[in-house]
Amino acid sequence: MDMKLLIVEDDTDSAAYLVKAFKEAGHVADHAADGLDGYALAREGDYDVLIIDRMLPKLDGLSLIHGLREQKVETPVLILSALGQVDDRVKGLRAGGDDYLPKPYAFSELLARAEVLARRRRTGPVEETRYRVADLELDRLSHTVARAGKPIELQPREFRLLEYLMKHAGQVVTRTMLLENVWDYHFDPQTNVIDVHLSRLRGKVDRGFDRPLIHTVRGAGYVVRDSAR
Amino acid sequence: MTALGKLFRTTAFKLSLAYLAIFTLFAFFLLGYIAFNARRLIADQVASVVEAETQGLAEQYMGGGLRRLVDVIESRSRQPGASLYLVAGPNGERYAGNIGRLPSDLLERPGQRTISYFHNDDDQKAHMALVRVYQLPQGVRLLVGHDLAEADRLRQVIRRAFSWSLSLVVILALLGGWFVTRRVLGRIDAMTDATRGIMKGDLSGRLAIAGTNDELDRLAVNLNAMLDRIEELMSGMKEVSDNIAHDLKTPLTRLRNGAEEALRTAETPNDYRNALEGTIEEADNLIRVFNALLMIARAEAGNARDNMAGFDVAEVARDVVELYEPVAEEAGVPLRLEVEPGLRIRGSRELIGQALANLVDNAIKYAPKPLEAVAATDGGQVPSPSPEVLVRAGQHGDTVELAVADRGPGIPAADRSRVLERFVRLEGARTRPGFGLGLSLAAAVARLHGGTLRLEDNEPGLRAVVALPATAGA
Repeated sequence: MDMKLLIVEDDTDSAAYLVKAFKEAGHVADHAADGLDGYALAREGDYDVLIIDRMLPKLDGLSLIHGLREQKVETPVLILSALGQVDDRVKGLRAGGDDYLPKPYAFSELLARAEVLARRRRTGPVEETRYRVADLELDRLSHTVARAGKPIELQPREFRLLEYLMKHAGQVVTRTMLLENVWDYHFDPQTNVIDVHLSRLRGKVDRGFDRPLIHTVRGAGYVVRDSAR
Repeated sequence: MTALGKLFRTTAFKLSLAYLAIFTLFAFFLLGYIAFNARRLIADQVASVVEAETQGLAEQYMGGGLRRLVDVIESRSRQPGASLYLVAGPNGERYAGNIGRLPSDLLERPGQRTISYFHNDDDQKAHMALVRVYQLPQGVRLLVGHDLAEADRLRQVIRRAFSWSLSLVVILALLGGWFVTRRVLGRIDAMTDATRGIMKGDLSGRLAIAGTNDELDRLAVNLNAMLDRIEELMSGMKEVSDNIAHDLKTPLTRLRNGAEEALRTAETPNDYRNALEGTIEEADNLIRVFNALLMIARAEAGNARDNMAGFDVAEVARDVVELYEPVAEEAGVPLRLEVEPGLRIRGSRELIGQALANLVDNAIKYAPKPLEAVAATDGGQVPSPSPEVLVRAGQHGDTVELAVADRGPGIPAADRSRVLERFVRLEGARTRPGFGLGLSLAAAVARLHGGTLRLEDNEPGLRAVVALPATAGA
């Protein structure tokens, strides 16, 4: 899935780096250097995701998002900001942003989040009730998981972890995304707490099968994917 | 601005002007009311005297005719302080009386009126009087009246009282206003001087308190409290920048050295890759330290306050324990949770979660390894306690307490306040991963919520207790 992105960022070096990095990942990225240009481009272009810096010349990021939402432009917005505190995030999301990433960030994190936003835009708000990856099945209504027809017992949190991974099957999901979406906390756990949860889940889902479905992506996070295809 | 100009601009001066106006108006109305009523009273009295005289004279006239009337009037006229009388014939010839020149046509018009008259024909000074004129048979006229000198005197007395009291009010108000203004102005000037000194950079300066507990004193006390807070924040800022200078330079140097070394010695692409990955890892660590420092500074500045809401601490404790449970299990440390239900507090769920995560992380890190415990038992020494970490959330009166207790080495009582400072790591802890920010962050979060972080002896081990004010009635 390739995305068309708009990066609104006044620092030309960072912007050039992002455009290049997204291109290498197979996506197309446009760049606007200030809030007004960004607003004009975002209204006209058919973008999958807007990546908007909070502090911009001419029109600041939050006002830009607010303006777009008032004009019924519902393109998903990812806010980049040097302000990484909890209340800044809340302000950003309240202004109409869909996700918030404090600077400095790893590109893999930004990419993973942008892809999730783009996917959400394409599939729309309708949520499936069953997820299926290879022979792994998860039923969100009955809260059951089965692999190759055999039921797998999961703790509630493990279920939600697998649910999130399978909802974004084929997409890289980072540790912070998991902490945010499965636990609903936004801090950075100091030790590898998420990894240990994942290895437990793996033990239940992949152990005893010759084809693993939960993969570690080095330096980025995890992905649930049918590796045979 | 001149001193006088300044005086005119002060609130105290304006206030005293307003009071002056109000008091003057009040005095004016009061005296006016008294004067009006006193005049009416005197007029009534004069009228009744004239009435009584007329009554008496009428009786004399009925009894003895004109002759008798003239006699009586002549005798009465001679008495001191007598009323005014005049009996005149049809052609104006006077039969009797004690009155001089009169307005010419007065006797032609019967009835009551106020006139001016003279005591006798040579009199220079006119007097006011209330008179009544009657027509008797055969064209005879009778005038009965009473001098109004008393009313005149009263009017003068009142007028004098008027001017006296007015000038007294004005003088007193001006004096009082001037005094108050000078006093208040003096204290405000002292305050202004003190604040100017503080603004110049002497943050230890404070405003003088007069000890009278009046408005100005209360203002000064509040301003001083504000200055205390500012000084505290400033020293916190200074501490942060000192710490950044001191403790971030070390990892930065390490990062730079690593990159330089890679440039010098790396040969294969794999060497470069490893070096770059190491660099990114160091950078990530730096970012983490930086974020933690910023968060501590912001928590201490109270900036996160607008993000506070009511939530259940028990839930957060459950979340964090559940989050760390696999890590603890991997480390061979049983992680136990005891919670009372429904521990409502007002605050930031995120920050409390992070503080608790830090404490749990620490506790697991410092818990004795299960192997050490076994070795101690085998050696025939005092058996080591189990390495368990216990997280308790409960309510004690008005405070909700979150306690994390471990069986690790603990912290000596003497060091307990020191470890809450940023970057302080005790000897023996230096070899373990971490930045020494966990406890100070937890302490900052507790302070932000109006609570405290206590470090206690778990005998053996450490118990860290975050005490937070509970939401009343929740």
